[in-house]
Amino acid sequence: MRPFTYSQAADVEAAVREVSTDGARFIAGGTNLLDLMKIDVLRPSHLVDITQIAHRSIDQTGEGGLLLGALVTNADTAYHPQVEQRYPLLSHAILAGATAQLRNMATDGGNLLQRTRCYYFYDTHTPCNKREPGSGCSAIKGYNRDLAILGTSESCIATHPSDMCVALAALEATVHVTGKAGERTIPFQDFHRLPGDTPHLDANLQPDEIITAIELPSKGFSQHYAYLKLRDRASYAFALVSVAAALELDGDTIKDIRVALGGVAHKPWRLPEAEALLKGQEATPATFQKLAKAYLQGARGYGHNDFKIELAQRAIVRALLQAKERKTTA
Amino acid sequence: MNTHHIGTPANRKDGREKVTGKAKYAAEYFAPDLVYGFVVNSAIAKGRITGIDLSEAQQLPGVLHIFTHENRPGYTWLDSHYQDEDSPPGSPFRPLYNNQITFSMQPIALVVAESFELARYAGMLVKVTYEEEPQETDFEKNLIHAYEPPNYKSSPPPKPWGNPEEAMAHAPVKLEQAYSHPAEHHNPMEMHAATVIYGQDGKLTVYDKIQGVQNSQKYLSHAFGIPLQDVHVVSEYVGGGFGSGLRPQYQLFLAVLAARELKRSVRLMLTRQQMFSFGHRPKTVQRFALGATQDGKLQALEQNAFAETSRFEDYSEDVVIWPGVLYACDNVKLTHKLVGLDVYTPLDMRAPGGTTGIYALECAIDEMAYQVGMDPMEFRLKNYSEKDYNKDKPFSSKELREAYRQGAARFGWEKRNPAPRSMKEGHQLIGWGVAQGAWEAKQQEAAAKAVLTPEGKLTVSSATADIGTGTYTVMAQIAAETLGLPLEDVTFKLGDSTLPKSPLEGGSWTVSSVGSAVKAVCEQVQEQLLKLAQKLENSPFSNAKREDLTFSGGRLFVTQAPAQSVSLAEVLAQAKGSPLEVEASLKPAKEQQNYSPYAHSATFVEVQVDEDLGTIKVTRIVSAIAGGRIINPKTARSQILGGAVWGIGVALEEHSVMDSRVGRFMTHDLDKYHVPVNADVQQIEVIFVEEHDAIVNPLGAKGLGEIGIVSVAPAIANAVFHATGKRVRELPITLDKLL
Repeated sequence: MRPFTYSQAADVEAAVREVSTDGARFIAGGTNLLDLMKIDVLRPSHLVDITQIAHRSIDQTGEGGLLLGALVTNADTAYHPQVEQRYPLLSHAILAGATAQLRNMATDGGNLLQRTRCYYFYDTHTPCNKREPGSGCSAIKGYNRDLAILGTSESCIATHPSDMCVALAALEATVHVTGKAGERTIPFQDFHRLPGDTPHLDANLQPDEIITAIELPSKGFSQHYAYLKLRDRASYAFALVSVAAALELDGDTIKDIRVALGGVAHKPWRLPEAEALLKGQEATPATFQKLAKAYLQGARGYGHNDFKIELAQRAIVRALLQAKERKTTA
Repeated sequence: MNTHHIGTPANRKDGREKVTGKAKYAAEYFAPDLVYGFVVNSAIAKGRITGIDLSEAQQLPGVLHIFTHENRPGYTWLDSHYQDEDSPPGSPFRPLYNNQITFSMQPIALVVAESFELARYAGMLVKVTYEEEPQETDFEKNLIHAYEPPNYKSSPPPKPWGNPEEAMAHAPVKLEQAYSHPAEHHNPMEMHAATVIYGQDGKLTVYDKIQGVQNSQKYLSHAFGIPLQDVHVVSEYVGGGFGSGLRPQYQLFLAVLAARELKRSVRLMLTRQQMFSFGHRPKTVQRFALGATQDGKLQALEQNAFAETSRFEDYSEDVVIWPGVLYACDNVKLTHKLVGLDVYTPLDMRAPGGTTGIYALECAIDEMAYQVGMDPMEFRLKNYSEKDYNKDKPFSSKELREAYRQGAARFGWEKRNPAPRSMKEGHQLIGWGVAQGAWEAKQQEAAAKAVLTPEGKLTVSSATADIGTGTYTVMAQIAAETLGLPLEDVTFKLGDSTLPKSPLEGGSWTVSSVGSAVKAVCEQVQEQLLKLAQKLENSPFSNAKREDLTFSGGRLFVTQAPAQSVSLAEVLAQAKGSPLEVEASLKPAKEQQNYSPYAHSATFVEVQVDEDLGTIKVTRIVSAIAGGRIINPKTARSQILGGAVWGIGVALEEHSVMDSRVGRFMTHDLDKYHVPVNADVQQIEVIFVEEHDAIVNPLGAKGLGEIGIVSVAPAIANAVFHATGKRVRELPITLDKLL
């Protein structure tokens, strides 16, 4: 690990100020950052510890939603009664990720900003545009089993590794950030970026901006939801494909539907226009199949990950069926 | 006082030390002058180093020295000086020897600094330039260059028997298939490490992660030209070995090199990523041809194995001996070729050759059973071998039929619907599979020492290891039973090169070899006790021989006259305050050579496979083991459980993925290299069947370290076929292969 300086920010203002120096980064749970520093992938010269600032609670919003402070841990979020009852999809998604120990350390804000687990991003002896812009992508023609099939570019086929974010995308959360220019909110779908020719940028966040909270709208789809995660072992593995599915039903008729995919792109993958077409239709496997097909239209495999195109479609159908058939326990 | 210990589930003697953190591992020893090493690994897989710029790294305060091939001290040059007890034929790798790069992540520099963090940071500042050469690490592409090595590390493939070509040509039912097993890395929990304490006299005390302290001691003595007695190697606890600690690894060489040059104590621990920079289970492709009659009698079998090795050593395993051990077939042909690649030499990994060879054999046999329309267990029983065909010798014992009987009954095998894809629950296809296995029950020469104090406390020792298997406990049980002592009065010492000679802790031979030596040395203590007992007034033993005696409950008596027993305390009083001390070495009995000793297994597995998504869950495993006499049912069961869990990994998860464009295993951490986690492991049952064996060794016990793994992966693969009707012949079986 390269040497770095360290400071503890007392409040958001100080955090924003202190992170504005060259090479500075925030550290909260550190579950991803420290690993990356040890293997020399990330080389911050200064760490601003934000664990002492506010934003460590979960509160009701005026609009009937929930505001998750950025520094609430993933574990506290998943087990919060309001989240469990009103946003069980989010709770399930969080608990499908990592391990109990990691979830106890990792924060909600940090979860949004974790880096890809691409093999080559982690190996400083191989080219990687995300790690070292312009060096090339080793994954496109290399080993790419875990990597993206949607929204890829010539320079990067990395995936975003989070489970939590897949649920947040489906729930249409909003990210609250504060920077030198003040506060602003970012709709979740616009928070993460596609790689394009700037794969080193994961999110639409300015270097001086800090995530302060994640806002959940009032609608939580607590009746019909499913988080289906497919991976190479039953726990402690990143998704090959994951699906956050949520339905609002009137009998068998779809009133509202949300589907977000994880493990397939540089960001949680949503296709609201395809979802919209399903409103008013019957919630049947055939309907779900149509949606699945629409979601994967334009998907491209890179060899080892070709299977994800078929798998993702099957997973969407299965997750929607699970969501539909879910027996909610009162 | 109950002093019958053999066959009782005693708790681990070292359990408390381990769970309280008192047990010290190689990287946990300290000295006031200790400094820390960090290895810099090669970025390329083949070529040469054209320059190493140390200037920036060396400037860091606290960096003591950076060793490279340019500044290293002189080396001895004979290959034999670098060979160890587990070396394959060839020229062993020498760290920092010259500028040649022969495998990816080759160690090319050692930074020594005042802290680990500083050493690692300095390592990042070492700038290396290379002249790259194209490497060949693509196994399939290089299959055409496969060769028969002049010398096999393993036994050479058995000579053909019968007339395989003709029998195959005339066989009514034929099967030809190839099976692929990927490279895998051991990944013990404890990373390889060495702490070298530099003594004032220049003598070294070396704490090494190793499965045989005397192997490291001899290696260091030869490689550095140090007298044997000036290197003391200690390894009291090993955080998992699985074969990765059979050969001294480069951390040992480099730590000692640095300690000798700097005249300071040095600790060097590899990172998890660096655990992928040396030995691994080789990638193996096996082509099988089977011929059988319509009613399921095997008539001909051909197995051609191709396995990876390095450019500098001919590593080979017993991949092709299993048909001759497990099946009665009169016409067999076996070959085993090596594929040289620009990788580090493969290394024995739990049941080397058996895990790969039995996987492929048991899948091929399963396919043949379906082809002739027989129950896969019936097919195996019909072709059950009553002798070892490779050596044409009878088995020392083989209760595999009984293992099948008990295993099948426990599993409920008779309820199986034979048709593939016939059993289902919701979206889950259910499959039941079976496979059998064997592992050699070898005894090696070993020595042990016993010291019995006047107070009746016994210490037995041998330079073996406990790699988590329970050596501390079972050796104490054997000794306590032999001398009729309570278990708490017996201590077993191991992991110290000054102790009596022991073979490497591997090959499932430790109980058989060291355990038998422990028994032998305790029998010599019995002799001494008898002599003392004969000095007693009115001794009831005056005409007795040792064989006539029973040692039990802290007393000894003539077996025929238990009423006239004498306490050990009384007998020991005759020694007038001096302890009894005996050292003995034991070789396998000559008679063993007329027999073939193997442990056997029959494994039954249930899987659930999602019909749409391909996810696989191993819901039940029943492993029935014929392993001779079980010394400790608790530690024995743990061994079989561990083997079963690893079998899940072999079948479904483990895969060291080679990117042959860069010549590197890309799955080089535990995020990307999957081993089973708790959630993967459901119900596992272990059965030990009664098996008496008077030949295998004086204990009648067979080693259990490897028999537990060999038949698990094929049973899973066969269950997946039964569930889905799809035969995946390339491990690991991941969900994409079932879509």
